[in-house]
Amino acid sequence: MNPEVVSAILKYGVMFAVFINVAPIMNWVERRVCAFIQDRPGPNRVGPLGLFQPLADAAKFMFKEDVTPSAADKPLYLMAPALALFPAFTTFVVIPFGPDLITAAGRRIPLMVANVDTGVLLFLALSSLSVYSLVMAGYASNNKFSLLGSIRASAQLISYELALTLAVLAVIIPVGSFNLADVVAYQQTHLWSFIPQIIGFLVFLIASFAETNRLPFDLPEAESELVAGFHTEYGSMRFALFFQAEYTNMAALSALGVTLYFGGWTLPGIDFPNNWLGAALGLATLVGKIIFCMMVFVWIRWTFPRFRYDQLMRLGWKVLLPLAIFNLILVAAMTLAGWL
Amino acid sequence: MSVPISWYLLLAAALFAIGTIGALTRRNGISIFLSIELMLNAANLTLVAYARQMDDRTGQLIVFFVMAVAAAEAAVGLALFIAVFRQRHTIDVNRMNLMRW
Amino acid sequence: METLIFALFAALALGSSIVVVTHKSPIYATLSLVLTLFAVAALFVLLGAPFVGALQILVYAGAIVVLFLFVIMLLNVQKEETAHGSRGPQLWTAIVGAVVFLGMMGLVFWRSGSPAVPPLTAESVSLKALARELFSTYLLPFEIVGLLLLVAVIGATVAARRPDALDRIGEGGEPEYLSGDEPRTDPLKSLPDPHRPSVAEPAYKEATS
Repeated sequence: MNPEVVSAILKYGVMFAVFINVAPIMNWVERRVCAFIQDRPGPNRVGPLGLFQPLADAAKFMFKEDVTPSAADKPLYLMAPALALFPAFTTFVVIPFGPDLITAAGRRIPLMVANVDTGVLLFLALSSLSVYSLVMAGYASNNKFSLLGSIRASAQLISYELALTLAVLAVIIPVGSFNLADVVAYQQTHLWSFIPQIIGFLVFLIASFAETNRLPFDLPEAESELVAGFHTEYGSMRFALFFQAEYTNMAALSALGVTLYFGGWTLPGIDFPNNWLGAALGLATLVGKIIFCMMVFVWIRWTFPRFRYDQLMRLGWKVLLPLAIFNLILVAAMTLAGWL
Repeated sequence: MSVPISWYLLLAAALFAIGTIGALTRRNGISIFLSIELMLNAANLTLVAYARQMDDRTGQLIVFFVMAVAAAEAAVGLALFIAVFRQRHTIDVNRMNLMRW
Repeated sequence: METLIFALFAALALGSSIVVVTHKSPIYATLSLVLTLFAVAALFVLLGAPFVGALQILVYAGAIVVLFLFVIMLLNVQKEETAHGSRGPQLWTAIVGAVVFLGMMGLVFWRSGSPAVPPLTAESVSLKALARELFSTYLLPFEIVGLLLLVAVIGATVAARRPDALDRIGEGGEPEYLSGDEPRTDPLKSLPDPHRPSVAEPAYKEATS
């Protein structure tokens, strides 16, 4: 087998192992943190500190009765939850997770599954495909609430995608390359990008809440608004797949955010060695930053009320988009002036 | 063994033929639009295949512009569909026959 | 290996494009179009154009087709009913025409042969070189396309707008409807139910009247 293909598979295995555990861990974290914010105990029966709660949830999902609405469009209905996982598990291939490995034979292996020139563009392209699972789920369920929820969700996603893309573009301008390894290398020699581009970072943060359907932008799947939005008719394992896809999307977008704005796998001033130890340290740093970002997601979810749909659209088009364009022009001017 | 470029060109021709059949035989306006997008894609594939064969990056840049134009065309075309639907309550192209004799 | 990948994605593209053209339900046709676009994007990458491939997914599959889906759901486009009778010969003519066309193209390519292409290098797929060419030689088309997109946005917004009083000035007489006497309302807004009070009226009005 081609050694490139083998190394790509191994690297993908590492990233996959990290990202597959996000959903069950986040399930526990979310419920405990939410309980802490709301001044109540949270799950504490199943194992010490409720740590086995995700296992109990998984068992529940597996044994629940699988109901399919009789008038639902069967092929689309069955395909939608599986399709939701596709962008979640393909977008993180462009995130670097450690310093280049220099093998005994002198070969340099970059620790990125897909070391392509168009890294960030690939991430944005694959994450824009998450609209389809929402649309399919809402349409195939043959249910008014699902359809409304899915239309609102897809409108929300494509509106905030623009602001997200412009914020990302502003980070790329001083770096000069779409490859995320170059972005990380740039941040090792200059400041972390969130300092000069604080406006862009705020736009990215707000847009990533909207992209992952998290509060305060979770009108499409809110329990008190549209029954449960686009996943009303989905029970047991199918709901678990949507759930998993949402958390993994959150983690992937957080990984992109920390790589673009917070230096990725590097720590300021410390140079990781180019061997397995350095790779492990780099991965640990990246995972630590992703965990911090996910905690911010959870914190904001249980602090703010939800946006109404028209407020949401107004925010996306009339506030975030002009801010993102302004940030882009500002960064371009600063790069030309030589400050960045 | 590398794939000869003529195979890509033949595939693009096949996609174009399928798109043309769709555009000429469907009654639904949206389906005609989808077939047009298919034809544009076939043209894009031809351009990129020739860019590879002649080792000239111009083909890829033309595809860039074609995509932008296709996006503009899709937006305006669908807006026109909505406007027509408001009046006629259908997008069946056989029913758009106000100007027939 | 490259032949295998090409065969896989070419078969996918052909199969899903046939579904696009033949399936009765517009939603399935649109989703098959997404699959076709994906296969063609993979072929772009195989041809040494990863930027165009990423753009294809980002712009075509991620935006244009979503627009199609929105309009289909907004207008509630139904499955196409099977037409009466005259489709058989039409379809056969189309297929025969397509086969003749492909036969001619195949003959042309077989006779002209394919020159050997140099293997792809990191320089030939580099994004920097492409960008340099885009912003130096093709700067004017780039700016014009930007203007075109602006015009398209304005045009689409105006064309899909609900007609207000200003737009109705030139109209005279009743426009033609398809079925009998349909009330003159915007089909994209639901009819008010005469038996239920509209939301704008406060409830206490009934008590005081």
